[in-house]
Amino acid sequence: MKKHLKLAAYAALLLLLPFATGLALGKTWVRILDFALLYVMLALGLNIVVGFAGLLDLGYVAFFAVGAYCYALLASPHFGLHLPFWMILPIGAFSAGIFGMLLGAPTLRLRGDYLAIVTLGFGEIIRIFLNNLDTPYNVTGGPQGIDLIDPIRLGPVSLNQPPGHAVYSYYFLFLLFALATAFVSTRLQHSRIGRAWAAIREDEIAAEAMGIDTRNVKLLAFAMGASFGGLSGGLFAGFEGFVSPESFTLTESIMILSMVVLGGMGHIRGVVFGALLLAILPEALRYVGPLEQSLFGKIVVDPSGLRMLLFGFSLILVMLLRPAGLWPSPTRKRELLAHGETAKHENTDIYDAGR
Amino acid sequence: MDIFLQQLINGIVLGSIYSLVALGYTLVYGIMGLINFAHGDIVMVGAMVTLTVARLLSDSGLPGPLVLGIGMLTAIPACMAVGYLIERIAYRPLRNAPRLAPLITAIGVSILLQNLAMMIWGREYLSFPQILPTRTMAVGGASISAIQLLIVASSTIMMAGLSSLIRKTRLGNAMRATAQNPEVATLMGVNVNTIISITFVLGSALAAVAGMMVSAYYGIAHYDMGFILGLKAFTAAVLGGIGNIEGAMLGGLLLGIIESMGAGYLGTLTGGVMGSNYQDVFAFFVLILVLIFRPSGLLGERVGERP
Repeated sequence: MKKHLKLAAYAALLLLLPFATGLALGKTWVRILDFALLYVMLALGLNIVVGFAGLLDLGYVAFFAVGAYCYALLASPHFGLHLPFWMILPIGAFSAGIFGMLLGAPTLRLRGDYLAIVTLGFGEIIRIFLNNLDTPYNVTGGPQGIDLIDPIRLGPVSLNQPPGHAVYSYYFLFLLFALATAFVSTRLQHSRIGRAWAAIREDEIAAEAMGIDTRNVKLLAFAMGASFGGLSGGLFAGFEGFVSPESFTLTESIMILSMVVLGGMGHIRGVVFGALLLAILPEALRYVGPLEQSLFGKIVVDPSGLRMLLFGFSLILVMLLRPAGLWPSPTRKRELLAHGETAKHENTDIYDAGR
Repeated sequence: MDIFLQQLINGIVLGSIYSLVALGYTLVYGIMGLINFAHGDIVMVGAMVTLTVARLLSDSGLPGPLVLGIGMLTAIPACMAVGYLIERIAYRPLRNAPRLAPLITAIGVSILLQNLAMMIWGREYLSFPQILPTRTMAVGGASISAIQLLIVASSTIMMAGLSSLIRKTRLGNAMRATAQNPEVATLMGVNVNTIISITFVLGSALAAVAGMMVSAYYGIAHYDMGFILGLKAFTAAVLGGIGNIEGAMLGGLLLGIIESMGAGYLGTLTGGVMGSNYQDVFAFFVLILVLIFRPSGLLGERVGERP
């Protein structure tokens, strides 16, 4: 009974939150909440790759971009296509998943560091292609991007109606998707695949000896994580109505990674907490610019630089002081704190699967 | 033929720079088995410091090469200090932590360096003062500028120096011992911590020189220039066989040539569909191909093998 009461309280809180925020702080902050929910989805997606399977992916935003551009191309005047969103979102998620597999395949036999670099490069390459694929055929719109993207429609109702209140309707849509993502993540973690991921993360050779097909299971992690990214990308494109390569820089990848690491790799609640924290907290820095203006009469320290600086610091400090994150899962904490023995194993060769 | 020769020369110049940066990755990897993500940003610090000094002294009437020399002598200690601090603060405490941990701090350090640089030097592209003679030499239909000669000559000297340092001196011996087996090296009286610090500092010094070269050669410097440069130099190190000193040099040269040839001919080959704006993509495809077909690199024997 008590559990139900708690659940009802949470539900009420989540339902009323946007209206309370809108009344107290204005619509800008509701928009920030919308983005925070998008980041929750992205962080949960990356968590599958980094947290569950222990594969460091530094180009995660590329999958976000794939999803967003899928939506933009299939639902805008750019090609004159206007497919409904429930068709495009799966297409976007699927294409992102394919990209994830393509990216994972060549690096699977190698140690994690290589994967990190390859994903880092991949993120950049996707951006270079998005920037340059406006000639000779205008596919991506180049640096200008694609605009006039259709808003998300539920049947005959566009979420942009009534005008000016779109942030509220998108909040509920994103909330739904974020909850679904969290649910799927939880179920995945406790499934056979989830246990296989954890086994690979801890000791790949032992996992293989236990009969896990490490190649396929790692590929699956990549594909799953990527398709979550693609899904959020589609939602982002519908929400913004505009996509351009500028939204998909390395900075975004780093930010999503920081959310996962800060919250607690592999711990779903921790990751959600990290995503909300890093999506909302830095917004307070937007007041730093005007504050400096009034104090010193000019901008002394660039607020956006300050934001990234804080991310950098948080990555280092968390790893040094609380390697399991701010809100670690009980098992992971145990593993990371008692590392003496496992660390030796991990210092092996470049081939983890050593053949 | 002229275009070919010209692109070859440009490729060798570019390749010498990549080699210097790749050496930094390979040295650290050989000894610690860690990819120093912040290495590219140390190159950026070197470029920025040189550029600042060159700007300050450009009106002083001193001859150009001397100004560049002073800039370099300022940049080298600055980068060494940065490299030392990074190792000390971000990597040393995590030496026995799980593998993911130092990678993540490395990324943190890289972001930190970039944004500190952005705060100090601003977000704009800074132009390098024109202090070197722009005279060029004609060689068989292609031209070589003074700075190009300078880059190739000085990086050759530095690489030769590094090679003999590692092969012939006591320090080099200790470094190779640490790379092979840190525990046994300790038993033989090698102070592993000092060796690791020295490795970082050495790599950073090379990065400083590379930074000076890049900014003087292209005439600009920018706070995030280190990122893509680092990525390419890492590719060069992998191409040659990471952990292998000669491999880094070879890989750097090869990558430089591949890139400049690619940029020169891609437009003609694809009928104008893809131009030199795809230059940055080559390194990445080279990296993927190497990882698929020959993950241990061209000079496959790895110096830094750990038991």
